[in-house]
Amino acid sequence: MPLSGNPIRSKIRAVTDNTVTGLAVLATVLVIAPLVAIFVYLIYKGAASLNLDFFTKIPKPVGEVGGGMANAIVGSAVLLALASLIGIPIGIGGGIYLAEFGRGTKLANAIRFTADVLNGVPSIVMGVAAYALIVSTHISLIPFTGHFSAFAGGVALGIMMIPTVCRTTEEMLLMVPHAVREAALGLGVPNWRSVLAITLRTASPGVITGCMLAFARVAGETAPLIFTALGNSFWSVDLNRPIAALPLQIYVYALSPYDDWHRLAWAGALVLIVLIVAAVSLVRYVTSRGVLKGAS
Amino acid sequence: MSEIRALQPQIPPSQPNASSAASGPASPPQPHPAGPEIRKFLRERGNSAAADRSFQILMVLCALSIFGIVALIAIVLMMRSNMAWHQFGLKFFYTYDKDPVSGDALFWDPVNGHFSAVPFIYGTLVSSFLSLLLAVPLAIGVAIFLTEMCPKALRGPLAFLTELLAAIPSVIYGMWAFFILVPLLREHVNPWLVKGLGWSGLFVDDNPTGLGYVSAGVILAIMILPIISSLTREVMSAVPHSQREAVLALGATRWEMIRMGVLRNARIGIVGAVILGLGRALGETMAVAMVIGNSAEIHHNLLANGSSMASVIANEYAEASSDLHRSALTELGLALFIVTILVNALARILVWAVTRGAPAENR
Repeated sequence: MPLSGNPIRSKIRAVTDNTVTGLAVLATVLVIAPLVAIFVYLIYKGAASLNLDFFTKIPKPVGEVGGGMANAIVGSAVLLALASLIGIPIGIGGGIYLAEFGRGTKLANAIRFTADVLNGVPSIVMGVAAYALIVSTHISLIPFTGHFSAFAGGVALGIMMIPTVCRTTEEMLLMVPHAVREAALGLGVPNWRSVLAITLRTASPGVITGCMLAFARVAGETAPLIFTALGNSFWSVDLNRPIAALPLQIYVYALSPYDDWHRLAWAGALVLIVLIVAAVSLVRYVTSRGVLKGAS
Repeated sequence: MSEIRALQPQIPPSQPNASSAASGPASPPQPHPAGPEIRKFLRERGNSAAADRSFQILMVLCALSIFGIVALIAIVLMMRSNMAWHQFGLKFFYTYDKDPVSGDALFWDPVNGHFSAVPFIYGTLVSSFLSLLLAVPLAIGVAIFLTEMCPKALRGPLAFLTELLAAIPSVIYGMWAFFILVPLLREHVNPWLVKGLGWSGLFVDDNPTGLGYVSAGVILAIMILPIISSLTREVMSAVPHSQREAVLALGATRWEMIRMGVLRNARIGIVGAVILGLGRALGETMAVAMVIGNSAEIHHNLLANGSSMASVIANEYAEASSDLHRSALTELGLALFIVTILVNALARILVWAVTRGAPAENR
């Protein structure tokens, strides 16, 4: 059946349509291919070096075979704990303001816009700011200042978490039906308690999901740590000293000229990506199942 | 509960019923005999205006912290780059010193104190432009496929996979690019580029390492693809179905429906998505630092080593030799901060204009 009166034009239109379909499929294949390639290579190169040593030993001196990245994994955990301590409460507070108290106001719109824009600021700029604020200024009364430290790295990562947690908390709180809030207020529950114990609790699967998303994003960040936490070849959980971090260690080892360190870097990359993929998949699963099982 | 009951007054049975509508003059409301005790009880439980107000103030402070963060970063970066600003001024960004004897350009010489942002701005712009060239057609193609052509069953998994691309840390992208992509480009792609496009003067075969602007452009393209693609999909879904149906009713093929009904309406948002991808590409650090070759020079050859603003900060900051060196690097960081804020703000405005202020995805 011709598409238009002119048979040549019909043919051109039909061929164009099929070509574009083919190009779109090709584009999708070209986009999925690097993803598959990355995973395949990570598993291929990293799985062989993943043994108990990797998770329990610190790196050996250069030239010796063996060792692991245990200090980097523990160091990352410390940094992420500090970052979550800073980022999650402030982020949730901001989200509560945007959803409960400031809905529709100009201030809330400005804050939402600024949070989105802050999400796009490169992480290296956060690292430079944290260096300038904490590492290079020596204020005698405030601890942790004046030198490279895990505290500086944790603060840099925590500041990065705040806009993400704020936006996702706001979106989740907006989904709580008004009836829940009104029921609580109608029973005489004070507003602050209604927000915290009832609205937030109803939205808590979604809020936790948002925190996990921010956590996964910040877990892979290297740039802010290069000159705040600096990295450490030994066991250290001291907040006042440089600390090793998994992505930082991967970066240093990947660029080194030693094959053994390359091997460790691949294994570390595999561990990192498994953790992040697990977190992202969990987030997807929770949000697709419906976050508000507790409401209405 | 028994405490509340204990506070309730004992009402004598002979009190007139004050709620009858047709009774005589209404008496003023009697204060509850146990009023003060009830109020004290509630205040102890936190049921007071003061508690509500202080909670609200606390939440406002948390929200204002976002403004505070932006202000803090801007102020501290400006303070730290003061030295370089006083020394070089605005010329830091568009000129560079020349060696008085040989006439060579002295772009970045920490030893002798010559600093100029020109090679890094060049490297950032070239690698970002290359990445946009590669990523935008692919991202729009993927978005079209996922929104209009994909069978429903495949849509979820494929969308999840594209978002997974966004979740991979950039250091892993850099490592994969360094060990696998760069040799691949060096052996198979660069010779073809030199042979086919060498006439333009942009591709000269004098870099045996395979690192350079092209490698950085390719890995950046892979990294910004998911952002552009997911925002484009969101913007395309926001186009009302009536537009699509109207075009189809006039006898359009599927591609014509997409072109006239969807893309035409969504083009502002797609431009916004592309600009957002550009913002991400401008600031990308780790992957670029690992594959761009890190040489502070300007080359017409796209296969030559270069450097970007973010990569030079990452490489040199921790071991900066002098205060002026660190100050110059901080000034680069400040420039990067301002540029990415402007680019992101523009992109968000464009995307919001199409999706009408619905909460934008932060990926």
